[in-house]
Amino acid sequence: MIVKKIISKLTDGKKSKRVIPGFGLSLGFTMFYLSLIVMIPLSTLFFKTFSLTWEEFYSTISSPRVLSSFGLTFGASLTAGVINVIFGPLVAWSLVRYNFPAKRIIDALVDLPFALPTAIAGITLTSLYAENGWFGEYLLAIGIKSAYTPIGITIALIFIGLPFVVRTVQPVLEALEVDIEEAAASLGATRWQIITRVILPVIRPAVLTGFVLSFARALGEYGSVIFIAGNMPMKTEISTLLIITRLEQYDYAGAISIAVTMLAASFILILIINILQSRINKKNLIS
Amino acid sequence: MSIEVSNLTKIFNGFTAVDDVNFQIETGELVALLGPSGSGKSTLLRMIAGLEIPDNGTIHLTGKETTSASPRDRNVGFVFQHYALFKHMTIYDNIAFGLKVRKAPKHEIAPRVSELLELVQLRGLEKRYPSQISGGQRQRVAVARALAARPNILLLDEPFGALDAKVREELRKWILQLHEQTQVTTLFVTHDQHEALEIAHKVFVMNKGKIEQEGTPAEIFDHPATPFVAEFVGENNFVEAEVVEPHTVRWGQFTFRVNGYPTGQKIRIYFRPNDVYVSSAPESGSVNARISKTRFKGALIELHLVIETDKQIIAHVPKGVAHSSGFTEGAEVFVQITEYHAFRNSEHTIDESLVTI
Repeated sequence: MIVKKIISKLTDGKKSKRVIPGFGLSLGFTMFYLSLIVMIPLSTLFFKTFSLTWEEFYSTISSPRVLSSFGLTFGASLTAGVINVIFGPLVAWSLVRYNFPAKRIIDALVDLPFALPTAIAGITLTSLYAENGWFGEYLLAIGIKSAYTPIGITIALIFIGLPFVVRTVQPVLEALEVDIEEAAASLGATRWQIITRVILPVIRPAVLTGFVLSFARALGEYGSVIFIAGNMPMKTEISTLLIITRLEQYDYAGAISIAVTMLAASFILILIINILQSRINKKNLIS
Repeated sequence: MSIEVSNLTKIFNGFTAVDDVNFQIETGELVALLGPSGSGKSTLLRMIAGLEIPDNGTIHLTGKETTSASPRDRNVGFVFQHYALFKHMTIYDNIAFGLKVRKAPKHEIAPRVSELLELVQLRGLEKRYPSQISGGQRQRVAVARALAARPNILLLDEPFGALDAKVREELRKWILQLHEQTQVTTLFVTHDQHEALEIAHKVFVMNKGKIEQEGTPAEIFDHPATPFVAEFVGENNFVEAEVVEPHTVRWGQFTFRVNGYPTGQKIRIYFRPNDVYVSSAPESGSVNARISKTRFKGALIELHLVIETDKQIIAHVPKGVAHSSGFTEGAEVFVQITEYHAFRNSEHTIDESLVTI
């Protein structure tokens, strides 16, 4: 009934015939499915918070340890997202535009962070970046301590976020005709002008989508981070770990308070980015 | 001399796309590069624009050696078959692109763009995006964009190839008009002979990476230099025969006069359907024929003529003549071939031609 009401509102109350049929059915199913899979589990989380008093909630999330975990989680996720936005399109560009030996293998390699169990990724990265690891040794030699610091956490988040950016940008680059670049070159554009004025504006929406995906994934990441993080309270303790710790201590109220705050913050951030993106798209009217 | 190309060669993975090509184009000329797909005409154009680097030979543009200069240093406008407009920019920004990247003074850009919008008859569309205008309009924008920075040379690669017949027709007239106004040296690639013959001052017919013939549209059409040109440009009948006695080829009751071939030489004779003269009464030198089929071709009627039961040729006659003379299926008529071209019958070599009437 509710669905029908929404539909009739959406279609101005008129029963108009459409060329593409099944609007009611597909919207109904979408709503049902989203409720079942996403909304109901998340709303129980919210309902559970109502069983807490405001003081309980506030004292949990305002404790210095929790606040520092928020700062670390959002900070490292944002940094990793930004780094992926710079290097992801470069990887995509090389894969789309050039032919080189073992290209298919390298292409498949990009998906590895998707497929690899995160714990394995975490252990591998830790052994590489530890003080006696292959990379960690040399980084330490130039004064950078990577494992068990926020730097290590960021490295793990870059690792798991990279495929999101590459895989969203790649098809857009593939669809970008070489004609366009040739036209720009023959109109007198330098290589740099072609990149900034012709290619970047076209891939910008995809890059932004890749950023959102990589950022969102990083916020909730657990497995790959906890090994390399070292998990020192106030220093390298991420929010998801804090939630688990609280659960292990049977402090459900605490766990839920942190989880809901994370949820709300991520949702608002992603919403802002999406609004920004649709503004860009409207301005560009890319068909 | 605006474009001067010598010994130009381009090889892609062992395939010779352009094979030792030489030509010159005078300033202000409008030239068509005509040829079938894969004849190397686009590659030739792209080398002139600097979008491909030749393997051999040189290119001079307005007297300067530019064989391997970068595209932006050539001052050449290039128009692509599929427009290649910047989809994220308005029509205004598309046209202004060449001026902006060349750092033209700001106060010059707006007047120049509006001048070009006027020239391509698209005033009022400057705020639209390429997705919001029609194919013909897009191609006009592409031409305006290419002309914005006042290039010495305008190159068009199958510019009307993606458009429907009616719009092509319009744009052909428009490009002629545009050339009269701008007088910019123009070289365009096409596989459409009507387009080439109608617009160009001069036509280069290309085949297998080489220029087979170069001449005015009339020269190309009336005096094809090679069998390829005879077959590719316009419709043609051809018959194969042997030189039986000095200067004479016989094909059934038809006699063709040819010079310069020894007896016994196999010869190919080409003649156009409109050079077949059909009449309802016998005349001196005419041959009996029967109309086996007629086909409607607009202003013309195509007659399929059977001669001596086993030989078939095609003739075109004006519709009025066909009606008044009673040229219908099954009618007995008399045929003369008024103009023809003879070539040595060898598939792969191109010989000097010989034309007699």
